[in-house]
Amino acid sequence: MSLTLLEKFHDPDLCKGLLDKLHSLVDREFRFMEVCGTHTVAIFQSGLRSLLPEKIVHLSGPGCPVCVTHESEVNAFIDLAGRDDVIVATFGDLMRVPGSKGRSLKKAQADGAKVAVVYSPPDALKLAADHPDKTVVFLGVGFETTAPAVAGTLLMAREQGLKNFKVLSFHKLVPPALGALMTDPEVNIDAFVMPGHVSAIIGLEPYRPVAEVFGKSAAVTGFEPVDILGSLVFLVEAWKSGEPKVANLYPRIVRDGGNAKARAVMEQVFRTSDALWRGIGLIPGSGLEMRDEFEDHDAKKAFGIEIVESPALPGCRCGDVLKGKLRPDQCPLFKKACTPASPVGPCMVSTEGSCAAYFKYSMD
Amino acid sequence: MSDKVLLDYGSGGRASQRLISELFLKHFANPELDRLNDAARLELDGPLAVSTDSFTVDPIFFPGGDIGCLAVHGTVNDVAMLGAEPLYLTCGYIIEEGLPMEDLERIVVSMGAAARHAGVRIVTGDTKVVPRGTVDKIFINTTGIGRIVADPMPSGDRAAPGDAVLISGTMGDHGLTILGTREGLSFEAAVQSDCASLNHLLLKLVREIPSVHVLRDPTRGGLATTLNEIAISSGAGIEVQEKSVPVRAEVSGGCSVLGLDPLYLANEGKFICILPEADAEKALEIMRADELGGDACRIGSVTEQNPGKVSLVTPLGGKRLLNMLEGEQLPRIC
Ligand code: SF4
Repeated sequence: MSLTLLEKFHDPDLCKGLLDKLHSLVDREFRFMEVCGTHTVAIFQSGLRSLLPEKIVHLSGPGCPVCVTHESEVNAFIDLAGRDDVIVATFGDLMRVPGSKGRSLKKAQADGAKVAVVYSPPDALKLAADHPDKTVVFLGVGFETTAPAVAGTLLMAREQGLKNFKVLSFHKLVPPALGALMTDPEVNIDAFVMPGHVSAIIGLEPYRPVAEVFGKSAAVTGFEPVDILGSLVFLVEAWKSGEPKVANLYPRIVRDGGNAKARAVMEQVFRTSDALWRGIGLIPGSGLEMRDEFEDHDAKKAFGIEIVESPALPGCRCGDVLKGKLRPDQCPLFKKACTPASPVGPCMVSTEGSCAAYFKYSMD
Repeated sequence: MSDKVLLDYGSGGRASQRLISELFLKHFANPELDRLNDAARLELDGPLAVSTDSFTVDPIFFPGGDIGCLAVHGTVNDVAMLGAEPLYLTCGYIIEEGLPMEDLERIVVSMGAAARHAGVRIVTGDTKVVPRGTVDKIFINTTGIGRIVADPMPSGDRAAPGDAVLISGTMGDHGLTILGTREGLSFEAAVQSDCASLNHLLLKLVREIPSVHVLRDPTRGGLATTLNEIAISSGAGIEVQEKSVPVRAEVSGGCSVLGLDPLYLANEGKFICILPEADAEKALEIMRADELGGDACRIGSVTEQNPGKVSLVTPLGGKRLLNMLEGEQLPRIC
């Protein structure tokens, strides 16, 4: 994409027009939730949050893969990293996520655990090739965006005969989480801004029930200010018309049908399973586990890992924040016991979490 | 000498002496050091500025510099930020056994050249060689001493409402270069470190404009963290216009790939200058006349509002907090 095209999506004049329109449209409370941490950060980072009409209530949903990684899953990472025969390979943002006793991979590393920060799954595969005497376990955390790349890497590992490369799959799926949110009677959301990257893989179909079953509108959109404002104008108009709609407002990246090839690779390697979401609990059919044909590369099987749900951290209201029932600054622990340096709950853990975004960007 | 650094070279015996005379004295030569006494005798009077820093960069050679010149620039700049003329440096080397002699020599040569360029003398030093695995290749500590010229001395607590906030150039070049050259990173940045000694430019600035309130180099933690330190110590608010902060296209491109924010990336050849509004234009002229300040510009103001905080006005006109960096910046997951 040329820079000039990208620049158009930042254009202050275009934004001002859309903002004026929003201000004129919204005459009563309108609650929207974005289901992607990157959107959360973009809304704060661009300063949009301070410019939106006051009647628009902005909520951040369970859309940050690091935030929703369950503490029991983090415990499993830390235990694995402590084994002499294992090198754990992970993306950097999992390093600080606390497990149930406040331990994190970063702390485990300081105690001597072998953790390698990589920037892509193939980097982890290379690590396995370079260390034939160790088992390299890649921590499979992420949504539909990351899972195809991990699946592709597993296929490469199989081709190269690298049995010392394994994946611990805790991937999660977005549509089942949306279903869980909308069936919760306490959750009160008027419309959704859908994740652009996830949608590039899954397309629009999985979002249809949002409108057809639950009567809410949903817009897939990009991460530039013009994208976000455009989606809000669309959602407010749809809400006012009383006709819920699902739309793709990000056609420069997302095709309505998604990316069938990526889905095929993902389905070749993984099958759906139940998964634990931090702050929310068990959501049926919301996880990805490795198919039996790939058990040679399945860290869960190789190391006999079982996930037992550990109790939630006392005082943390993340479940309510993730479901849009509470604003981060309304949590009693916010900025007190809970800060990015010592996060109590998942929403403060990742830079894309909503509590972390409030901590980092909010002027109040 | 052997082609690798051996433990013997740190023994204090003949091997150490050979290393010192054939390598360090050759490239650092100056009358104070050449005497090889246990300590150096210096002639100094008036208020002095002293600063020490340890350098542990990975990789040790990077586009635009290496750990040797960095160890000079870093400390020279810290001393100069007090409105001081850096005069002397001490240096301590901790070397991992097995480091190729060629690499050590490259570092020493670069350090000697950087010191000469900055006009400082390396007057005393120390070398230790430690067993393989106990340090990562090489660590260098430098201490700098300088004479304070500015009166009153620039200091973080002197930022006052009504002051202009200037920076000497583009942000994030050094930080992205280091991240971009680390092993395992599939993204290669077409950028290079900005590391340089700023003392000549800074001295000119404080001599011609005695009203400079604050000079700071936004090293680790970048512009955002350094501005926060200034806001906290002065108790004033700082408001920055995001669109005025210069960032190279390569740097902002690299940052968006990795999910990093250039305002938090380290700089090793840039400074922040805060001074009364009335002198801002003159300061910018002086900075722009120097090759190290070619991209100098005004990025904001010191305010009475939001005491102790830094706010960022985005290109859309929205306002948000520009907070301190928490830990190191880590590339994102998706
Ligand atoms: S502030 Fe901390 S404890 Fe409270 S909801 Fe957010 S992450 Fe959980």
